[in-house]
Amino acid sequence: MNEPIGLFIMGAGALLMVFAGIGLLRMPDFLLRLAATSKSSSLGIALIAVGTALFFWDDGVTLRMAAIVLFVFLTAPVASHMIGRAGYRSGTPLWHGTTIDEMGRDETGKGIRG
Amino acid sequence: MNNLQYIPLVLLAIVAVAFGLSFIRFMLGPSRADRVIALDTLTIVAIGAALTAGVWTRSVFLLDIGLLLALLAFVSTVAFAYYQERRNDR
Repeated sequence: MNEPIGLFIMGAGALLMVFAGIGLLRMPDFLLRLAATSKSSSLGIALIAVGTALFFWDDGVTLRMAAIVLFVFLTAPVASHMIGRAGYRSGTPLWHGTTIDEMGRDETGKGIRG
Repeated sequence: MNNLQYIPLVLLAIVAVAFGLSFIRFMLGPSRADRVIALDTLTIVAIGAALTAGVWTRSVFLLDIGLLLALLAFVSTVAFAYYQERRNDR
């Protein structure tokens, strides 16, 4: 009985990965692409890991899946934060529809983007 | 349980669609940050593909590849982010 439930949860995770791919392809800016992909791919891999653990129903597999979910949930926010900061500071152009840029050039001409 | 036999193959096809979409952005990303984001997403999708292939073949050994890729994703992304931040062009 655990196998259909595991496959169903894995299907939800695979669909979330497709949504991450669509967001990565359709969003106009690298910050928007980062916001679209980092969250949904993390949740997708968590759902796929939970579904795999339910499918196998084994102690070793469950331990490995818990390790994968722990690693991804610890490292994916840090990694996406570093990509966003590095891309912003190196002057990657933002979307033309961006209305506010809090770290950008201010009235005195100083700014972190220089 | 015999009617559930081909469902992991369908899931593998869905994950392959996600891999293809991310790979298109990896090839035509305008800036280097886009390519790093696409590479991060590709690694996470590859973890999902490894787990789904392990479910399809019912082999436990393919799941260790997912664990290894989960470790490698963070290292490669942080290395590329440092490289992007050091050199000041896009």
